[in-house]
Amino acid sequence: MSTAPAPIRAKQRPGDRVFSRSAVFAGSMILVTLAAVATFLIVQSVPALFATGETASILDTNFWAYVGPLVFGTIWAAALALLLALPVSIGIALFISHYAPRRLASVLGYIVDLLAAVPSVVFGLWGIGVLAPAVQPLYTWLVDNLGWFPLFSGPVSGTGRTILTAAVVLAVMIIPIITAISREVFLQTPVLHEEAALALGATRWEMIRTAVLPFGRPGIISAAVLGLGRALGETMAVAMVLSATGAVTFQLLTSVNPSTIAANIALSFPEAYGINVNVLIATGLILFIVTFAVNALARWIVARRSEFSGAN
Amino acid sequence: MTTTLTPPEPRVATPVSNSLTAGKLPNGAPWMILAASLLVSAGLFGVIALSGAEFNWVGTLVVAALIYVVVITVLSRIVEGSRRSTDRFVTSLVTGAFLLAMIPLVSLTITVVTFGLARFDPEFFTYSMRSVTGEGGGALHAIVGTLLMTGTAALISIPIGLMTSIYLVEYGRGRLARGITFLVDVMTGIPSIVAGLFAYALFAIFWGPGTRTGIAGAVALAVLMIPVVVRSSEEMLRLVPNELREAAYALGVPKWLTIVKVVLPTSIAGITTGIMLSIARVIGETAPLLIAAGFTNSMNYDMTEGRMQSLPVFVYTQYANQGTPASAYLDRAWAAALTLILIVMALNLIARLVARFFAPKFGR
Repeated sequence: MSTAPAPIRAKQRPGDRVFSRSAVFAGSMILVTLAAVATFLIVQSVPALFATGETASILDTNFWAYVGPLVFGTIWAAALALLLALPVSIGIALFISHYAPRRLASVLGYIVDLLAAVPSVVFGLWGIGVLAPAVQPLYTWLVDNLGWFPLFSGPVSGTGRTILTAAVVLAVMIIPIITAISREVFLQTPVLHEEAALALGATRWEMIRTAVLPFGRPGIISAAVLGLGRALGETMAVAMVLSATGAVTFQLLTSVNPSTIAANIALSFPEAYGINVNVLIATGLILFIVTFAVNALARWIVARRSEFSGAN
Repeated sequence: MTTTLTPPEPRVATPVSNSLTAGKLPNGAPWMILAASLLVSAGLFGVIALSGAEFNWVGTLVVAALIYVVVITVLSRIVEGSRRSTDRFVTSLVTGAFLLAMIPLVSLTITVVTFGLARFDPEFFTYSMRSVTGEGGGALHAIVGTLLMTGTAALISIPIGLMTSIYLVEYGRGRLARGITFLVDVMTGIPSIVAGLFAYALFAIFWGPGTRTGIAGAVALAVLMIPVVVRSSEEMLRLVPNELREAAYALGVPKWLTIVKVVLPTSIAGITTGIMLSIARVIGETAPLLIAAGFTNSMNYDMTEGRMQSLPVFVYTQYANQGTPASAYLDRAWAAALTLILIVMALNLIARLVARFFAPKFGR
């Protein structure tokens, strides 16, 4: 009976110590940065919560009445963008992963990725210079012929710079994100499942419906939520394209449009002073909380589904 | 229950020559239908154009696409049955989705190039906007500002991001590693304008409210860049086979030397690609720089003093504060947009080339 030998400890060299400590230090910097972001935003936001129309010139009554319409506009624009982008993105992802010739697939994927590389300010310039004038006749037609539908009720905007145009620009910006993730997920579908479906006589669409889409569903959902998160925080494209009045309305085609938090900050911040700065920072904090919640939802979906998926 | 055996009805001999191709549209059918629907649609709009209106290209294509989808679905339903018809319908939808996404890309490229070339001249790259009203002037101050701020952001975020990913892959165990992974995820989701607000609030403490400096812009960009660098480098480091590390340990190589001499060289191509893509991502950021670094018409080389212009903010301010003649301001905005896109595309292209040509060769 002898006691187990003490485990041999690895020799600690100075190089090892320096290296591992600097790695830990860098990792903790992330912690510090995020803590700093949260602290500074909260500290700067506190005065805004007690501000009134007398102390801060951009407020009418109080902070919550100011931020309410902005939150509505942010969520409404992002939801519209997601509604437009999701079907198209799934279509593109399927096209690249299962329809396009193999040789072309990677090139086509790269072309779609190029859309993601375009800076948002360029999208804004394009939206206002090309897209808005191009869709304005369509809006007029919609209001004239489908005006009975509440979303399309008039009077039509003369410039085309409505919430729908902003949502289309946002959709174009999030399509590459949703496409890239869904494409990766579709490509991971077990080939045996696909071949089994085809061997049973399924057409290509039936194979996709029975093998690819069920496998990819959690991936699609998390891609959609990530896209939503991006659309919520997108600033310049909305700030430039949308001619906002700050109203709370669901109408898509009129010149009375809600603004979004991010766009409002970008437009108001350069001229802001005093408590107004704190008010804008507080709206930024609310945007941060909303996007954080959305991203947490995406992570939760991925984590919940990954235990059951065939991917591991 | 009785079963009566009815003799099968004598089958009418159909004049089908080859049973394998029976009940199937010929191979070229979709293309022929596409051409036919284009012709019909063009004819339709041609007749409308005869009455004096302009020929409507967009309408022609949209109507042609609609005709094609309807015709091929119906035709396939008659000849091939409902299942194949659904398949053809979905195929055209999916292809249509891809083509639909190409419209903004093509339109954007054409617009930026045609409008951007008007002022894409030497003066644009050698002059600032100091005391320029109306025509002339350039974006040199914005280009310098973009390079300075993006460079500083890269200097801050590459060491932190790379070391963090090394920590997560090589050292990280337990709660701290899980926490950092989670926080990097959170950081990825920070809206860019919130990063700008953070940098503004941070530097307002040191230099008083209302100060906007280049270094604040760089910090804002670094906040956006770090998580991207961590994510991509982490992915690349995880791809390095464990056998390489074990072989190094077996030879008595210390851990830090293993990382520096074995792990990093193996994955350096992927890491470089990730870093370049992250630079390409932040170089086009407008909102945080507008908030943290402000805008100016003058050259500014000093990161710690005074406002600093950058290319994306230049595009925005030229558009937003149009003077007379407005076309001069818009032309400058488009030229800057073209410059910006060229820089981003070049970074993307170089990144892909690095990934392709310097990737480690695992084949034997």
